[in-house]
Amino acid sequence: MEMAQHIAAYLFLGIGCLLILIGGFGINRMPDVYTRMHAASVSDTLGAILVLFGLMIEAGPTLVALKLAIIILLLLFTGPVATHAVARAALEVGVKPLLRTRDGKPGKGIIEPDGSVTPWKD
Amino acid sequence: MMFAASAAIMIWLALAVVRALRGPTVFDRLVASNSIGTGAILLLAVFGFMTGRPEFLDIGILYALLNVVGTIAVLKFFRFGDLGHRGGEEPD
Repeated sequence: MEMAQHIAAYLFLGIGCLLILIGGFGINRMPDVYTRMHAASVSDTLGAILVLFGLMIEAGPTLVALKLAIIILLLLFTGPVATHAVARAALEVGVKPLLRTRDGKPGKGIIEPDGSVTPWKD
Repeated sequence: MMFAASAAIMIWLALAVVRALRGPTVFDRLVASNSIGTGAILLLAVFGFMTGRPEFLDIGILYALLNVVGTIAVLKFFRFGDLGHRGGEEPD
């Protein structure tokens, strides 16, 4: 029984660490603010919660597990709020989303259904 | 295993610090600093389990509360130039 508990905890920890590393590389590889936010949310929300859930399984039914549950709830509420605030502030200040046309040329605008690009209005 | 987890979290923190230093706009730096705050919470939790002293989790709860307040405070400061400004109005 103890063995199963350890295995489950390490499984969650391993998946969480993998997602954390993917998010970390994504922050550095993505081309503009909005896509970087997208990559950061992978590690900030799912990766962190999986790691904390693994620690919760490792702790068993104790006060420590309750504290970890409180941290998970806080992360679930505050992470999306902060990301939404950053995205809204960036859009209001005038940071434009970087898009690409279908033939691979970089452009700033909205891709129409037929593939043409309407330039972003200032 | 806890050692490997803390190593992975430290690599993540290093990558976020690189983005915070390189970020062209202030929003890139804010996204990275938000990640650094979350990473500090995780590192505290895993380090507490590694050394057998899970009391560090209280500090983790405090960090989780401070993280979002700090991010929104910096955003408000860059939007209005003043932390005491009432939101919803255009800056003068």
